[in-house]
Amino acid sequence: MTHRTVRLHVNGREYERTVEVRKTLADLLREDLDLTGTHLGCEHGVCGACTVLLDGAPARACLMLAVQADGARLLTVEGLADGERLHPLQEAFWTHHGLQCGYCTPGILLTAKAFLDEHPRPTRAEIREMLAGNPSVAAPAISSSSMRS
Amino acid sequence: MKPAPFEYHDPRSIDEAVALLARHGADAKVLAGGQSLIPLLAFRLARPAVIVDINRIPGLDYVRNEHEGLAIGALARQRQLERWALDGSPFLCTALRHVGHAAIRTRGTIAGSIAHADPAAELPALLLCLDGSVMARSSSGQREIPARELFVSHLTTAVRADELITEVRLPGLPDGAGWGFLEVARRHGDFALVGVAAVVALRNGRIAQARVALFGCGAAPVRATPAEQALAGQAPTRGTFAAAAREAAGTLTPDADLHASAEYRRSVAHTLMVRALAAASERARGPG
Ligand SMILES: Cc1cc2nc3c(=O)[nH]c(=O)nc-3n(C[C@H](O)[C@H](O)[C@H](O)COP(=O)(O)OP(=O)(O)OC[C@H]3O[C@@H](n4cnc5c(N)ncnc54)[C@H](O)[C@@H]3O)c2cc1C
Ligand code: FES
Repeated sequence: MTHRTVRLHVNGREYERTVEVRKTLADLLREDLDLTGTHLGCEHGVCGACTVLLDGAPARACLMLAVQADGARLLTVEGLADGERLHPLQEAFWTHHGLQCGYCTPGILLTAKAFLDEHPRPTRAEIREMLAGNPSVAAPAISSSSMRS
Repeated sequence: MKPAPFEYHDPRSIDEAVALLARHGADAKVLAGGQSLIPLLAFRLARPAVIVDINRIPGLDYVRNEHEGLAIGALARQRQLERWALDGSPFLCTALRHVGHAAIRTRGTIAGSIAHADPAAELPALLLCLDGSVMARSSSGQREIPARELFVSHLTTAVRADELITEVRLPGLPDGAGWGFLEVARRHGDFALVGVAAVVALRNGRIAQARVALFGCGAAPVRATPAEQALAGQAPTRGTFAAAAREAAGTLTPDADLHASAEYRRSVAHTLMVRALAAASERARGPG
């Protein structure tokens, strides 16, 4: 009962791995699938760096066990760009300097993607509330770039 | 920052889940949304030998109108109820919007928040304010636990280790009543330093009924019962609310921690209670 086989879709590809049941989804992505774009900051849900889209909704990859993602469809930062073409959000972050060290950017991009899918014309207050879940020293740059683009 | 090893079970029925809880008792922990339990495992503040993951039990993710209120299954997510509440339940919606962030509410469940019983959490206070209850199942049967008997202390409820909360029952507002929900937190989405949920119903320009639940002000959310009784029959004025809030705040024994002193919490509780009662009576008076 200490190991299980999980099958999941990540960025449109299917993977199957046998993992320890105590392993988090974030560690599965990074260590077993080599998808190291999902970053780990706090590992307890507070920083948002590990945010991925789980069946389309934002979720903390550090707060799920890998076994719980069996059968799920995930989108990580590696799946945002279309080949060489950046996702419009990535493009906007680049153009408007919406990042500083970039550590928490993957989680912010995915949080913002899910948010914009649901609120195509957000207000300033809604953007601030959305970003509150991903505290970052770059937050002022991000909110100003998201308001300009 | 990695959980200690545990034995993992993902039962496919409530019966199977409660049989596991009966077998392992206090060595087992139920895993619902994981938004409070997984951090505890990662910090190794909790080291259960057995995890009973209820996420694969079919049919537990419901929200339906029942018992003159809502019946909420153990796997209904906070985000799901928030979406449901967007249409016509602003009290619920407001309380839910204060719970963490969207990414937390995607996974976090209503029942899990209530079972976890953080004294600064919004949903236990909401349940207490609306006189709700939970249905708890064990291998020996089922019982309903009213909110007033549920919250014992910090992270401690009357739910036994061999019991699973299968449903949360959230009654609606009394007829014609208004609501107020306010909290003070450092940042949006943080646990409240102090918060207040209030309900006021008016009759002939006087307060027919008032209910106030305070959270972040002690080891568990509390109803301001003496203040509620004092409010009944009074005119809904600022002065009446201030007197009731003074009485309620005086009896609070909030914790002091690095976020706020006890005195500050008591003072904020007073201010928020006046405002929440005023907002509730305003809504009771208004067109809805
Ligand atoms: C960054 C962050 C910010 C947050 N901010 C807030 C906030 O502002 N306000 C707030 O209220 N909460 C907040 N939370 C906590 C969040 O609301 C959790 O979702 C909630 O406390 C627990 O629900 P869960 O479904 O995730 O339960 P879990 O984490 O799975 O379980 C929590 C506890 O409840 C028990 N349990 C769960 N379900 C049942 C059941 N059906 N029967 C019996 N026992 C059960 C578990 O055994 C465990 O002890 C935050 C969390 C994070 C990570
Ligand atoms: S690493 Fe998951 S939220 Fe910080």
